[in-house]
Amino acid sequence: MALKIIVCAKQVPDTNEIKIDPIKKTLIREGVPSILNHDDSNALEEALKIKDIYPDTYITVVTMGPPQAKDMLIECMAKGADAGVLASDRALGGSDTWATSNALAAAIQKIGDFDIIFAGRQAIDGDTAQVGPQIAEKLNIPQVTYVEEFELDKNMKDITVKRALEDGYEIIKLQTPCMLTTIKELNVPRYMSISGIFDSCKKDIPTWGAKELNVDVEKEVGLDASPTNVYRSFTPAGKGKGIMIEADSEREAAQMLLINLKSKHVI
Amino acid sequence: MNFQLTKEQEFVRKMVREFAINEVEPIAAEIDVEHRFPVETVEKMAKYGLLGVPFPKEYGGAGGDQISYAITVEELSRVCGSTGVICSAHTSLCGWPIYNWGTEEQKQKYLPDVFSGRKLGAFGLTEPNAGTDAAGQQTKAVDMGDHWLINGAKVFITNGGYADLFVVMAMTDKSKGTKGGISAFIIEKEDEGFSIGKTEDKMGICASSTTELIMVNCKIPKDRIMGKVGDGFKIAMSTLDGGRIGIASQALGIAQGAFDATVTYMKSRKQFGKKLSQMQALQFDIAEMRTRIEASRLLIYKAADMKEKHLPYGPYSAMAKLYAAETAMYVTTKAVQLHGGYGYTKDYPVERMMRDAKITEIYEGTSEVQKIVIAASVFGK
Repeated sequence: MALKIIVCAKQVPDTNEIKIDPIKKTLIREGVPSILNHDDSNALEEALKIKDIYPDTYITVVTMGPPQAKDMLIECMAKGADAGVLASDRALGGSDTWATSNALAAAIQKIGDFDIIFAGRQAIDGDTAQVGPQIAEKLNIPQVTYVEEFELDKNMKDITVKRALEDGYEIIKLQTPCMLTTIKELNVPRYMSISGIFDSCKKDIPTWGAKELNVDVEKEVGLDASPTNVYRSFTPAGKGKGIMIEADSEREAAQMLLINLKSKHVI
Repeated sequence: MNFQLTKEQEFVRKMVREFAINEVEPIAAEIDVEHRFPVETVEKMAKYGLLGVPFPKEYGGAGGDQISYAITVEELSRVCGSTGVICSAHTSLCGWPIYNWGTEEQKQKYLPDVFSGRKLGAFGLTEPNAGTDAAGQQTKAVDMGDHWLINGAKVFITNGGYADLFVVMAMTDKSKGTKGGISAFIIEKEDEGFSIGKTEDKMGICASSTTELIMVNCKIPKDRIMGKVGDGFKIAMSTLDGGRIGIASQALGIAQGAFDATVTYMKSRKQFGKKLSQMQALQFDIAEMRTRIEASRLLIYKAADMKEKHLPYGPYSAMAKLYAAETAMYVTTKAVQLHGGYGYTKDYPVERMMRDAKITEIYEGTSEVQKIVIAASVFGK
């Protein structure tokens, strides 16, 4: 029985190159390269590792975004995914996590049967970590977040995962179909292959709008249907300059530091 | 006329750059100092298809084009000239002649291993007394009826110590010289009477393997000849026409790497109260370097595009190599100068890049030979 895996991915601005508009306080997107979200590349890698062992595994990567998100889907296919699906429509613009998960859950239902959904823990632009869990809820399947180890039984049904917690971990057993959100400790993502690049650029990537997804543009997706809105974004003011203590000896410097901390009632 | 890279070519650059930054750059200084051939990098290049970029999938290639191949060598060389030439010599000098001149049986037998990188390739033309003057070949191949018997030695063979397959030229009829007297053969490293001689201790590209090949009563099957008896000189010259695109790309990559390192340095280095990047005299150096790099790139892509379209590209690859090699030397020398004393130390990569750049003016035809080729395209031979 061939496994069917869905990977949820997002194209995000490269945070290494990010700039904030000092007046509007929004991200400057022009000239900032777009990349496959880091945690999502771990999600894809885990799917590809399953395919390495069971080559008839079929991996579909699904994303929601503007038309240029197709490039990210090509990248995923050049790494080894079989197909990509883009949910893109002006009516989907401005969706918050609730509306986004409505659209993605609808896309996954349209794709059809699946055994496992891998999604990155969170995207580096929004950092909410909500979309994966919400999709699982809407599809009514079990979910485990923060997966750092994954094992699939030979029966292709039983899964054991290690779930990272702030102060430890949990070992959880569950069965397909399920949603797993992944963190970077799970694996080391591979590169695209050259032959994969030339194959995937030729592949057709279906683009589904609100109509194809069969979602209600007034109640389920888009800015107006979103229960949350960004009220304001701002760049936190930089912390003041630290005090450099200059002294003749380390002992003297330590004394001055102590005096300073005590006078401020820190210690 | 369209100066835009295709989507595929853009992705190839993105992929190879990521690969080079993560897998090649971190060890580039170390393998240079240790003179160590990076076997682990070759395995990784093989895994991702970097050793068979411009060849069709039916023989195990990646299905790419000549510009994508040029980009691959450029991006590898941007961080490590040694790694760039390993890819270039393998692809251009072993993969290509077998693909272009080999019999269907030879292609079926060798190409899937070569293009997938399971077997590394090399090319043997140069001899101690026959460099540019290929007619002076002393390696001889004699038809013994049921096999070929080869005797002689080759020098300066890139990938020599680590290659599994060698495309080797040998004289089959001295009286005919370059006009039908030389033939090309495929030699496997396990062949009887074949061995690797001295490994050269070089000024640059120290992590690449440059060796002698020694053939003493080397016995190979009859079906190892490429093309017809006497086709060798033609095979060698056409192979080098293409190889020059690879070496030009290596030179371009080295120049780009030195340029990028210098720009970064100039933005942080302060003297006389301002950054080097704010000094106009030094900015002019950067302008000159960048212009020559871009001109090299255009010449290379043009030659590669002509090769892709099966147009006569020989003079164009010679112009590309001549200009890119001289640019690599110019840019890396300036890069060291702009780094000042630090540039002369091994703490900064430009010192290695300057040593690596020099070879691009010498191998696969010196700059003087490129000028002969270019001039011949103007005045005739």
